[in-house]
Amino acid sequence: MTDDRPITEDDLQAYVDRALEAGRAAAVEDYLAAHPDVANRIRGYAEQRGALRSALAPVAEEPLPPELNIARMIEARRRPVFATWRAAAAAVVLLTMGGAVGWVLRDESAPAAGGIAALAREAENSYAVYGQDRVRPVELRSDASDELVHWISQRLDHPIAVPDLSSSGYRFMGGRLVATPHGPAGLLMYDDDHGTRLVMLMRPMEADRDAPMSQHIADGIAGFTWAENGFGYSLVGPAAPDVLHPLADEVRRQIRA
Amino acid sequence: MNDIAILIGPLIPPLRRYARALLRDRAAADDLVQDCLERAVSRWHQRRIDDNTRSWLFAILHNLAINRLRSAARRRPHAAIEDAEDAALVRPPCQEDVLQVQDVLRALERLSEEHRSVLLLVSVEDLSYAETAAVLGVPVGTVMSRLARAREKLSAALDDRSTPLKEPHLRRVK
Repeated sequence: MTDDRPITEDDLQAYVDRALEAGRAAAVEDYLAAHPDVANRIRGYAEQRGALRSALAPVAEEPLPPELNIARMIEARRRPVFATWRAAAAAVVLLTMGGAVGWVLRDESAPAAGGIAALAREAENSYAVYGQDRVRPVELRSDASDELVHWISQRLDHPIAVPDLSSSGYRFMGGRLVATPHGPAGLLMYDDDHGTRLVMLMRPMEADRDAPMSQHIADGIAGFTWAENGFGYSLVGPAAPDVLHPLADEVRRQIRA
Repeated sequence: MNDIAILIGPLIPPLRRYARALLRDRAAADDLVQDCLERAVSRWHQRRIDDNTRSWLFAILHNLAINRLRSAARRRPHAAIEDAEDAALVRPPCQEDVLQVQDVLRALERLSEEHRSVLLLVSVEDLSYAETAAVLGVPVGTVMSRLARAREKLSAALDDRSTPLKEPHLRRVK
């Protein structure tokens, strides 16, 4: 049975979406049979719909990355949040210990290897491995930054803080601990929402305990590396040096503050 | 809490597909879906009993996507998602339909975000017009008129496919 209300544009759209009940669909078909130009347009819309669906179907077939594991997310919410005051207290203890260790090492460490040139290479290598990683670039995400700060501070025997680059358009993603030939280093990662990521690597320095900021570039990855008070920092990323330089200055300013 | 996983789990692949089609960047889209899921888990108990889980999730994701697209547009007016590589979105070339698949996605990019989202929700995600209206926060009548306009524009963009796309804007240093 067909109904004979006038055909509307909404009917035609719903016909493309197969959202009409049978009677109304039959009425639309009758109408299209009598109006080839409209039929042509509607056929085009149906083809669009089919092409969009088949173009995008493979995305829904991809295996889910671990970050999108809902069970793990629910589990994570059940774990108690790391109490900030405990992290702060731990940082105070580490600050004291770090100072003492630094003092002992000051006169006995042999310079040469492990200076800021080495740190710059380590940052570039870390960028190449983690900065390009689409699955798990960071081990602890920014929402667990207390835990991350505590972890890195503890392993480096040095209290660290996460510089905020959001005013420059870079969002803090999270970080991890990485291995270098000169011991553990803390890695922090940022991204600008356009897929450009920056990596900041930091570790205690035995050589070049104080070094002015120096610029380096290799394979399109620019970087700025410096050291202050026995702790070295390197900010690297696939950005032009003149873009990266103010960011490195901003990081240094925040660390000094 | 298990009911959350059971209800949300099957919706994750469609959410990824919608985010990817809007942002055209795999990592950014997955980040967005992750944000969406985290919000969904933390707000699960604020959901009304009669809320449709699917449109509720799509609405959370849609709002996150729109915020991201708009703040990206504000910050860097010309460097937008069209820079994302097609490889992030399209399956490897293997069949004769590849040209058409590329064409329709490129044509889709030329549409405004309003038109893209209505087309994707209705044509690809199979949301009803009422569900789409709920996700977009507009009346059903607006969904219908946007949908008609979006299809018209997509047709025009497909007819016009010989014209080159906008120039790539990001300077690639890599």
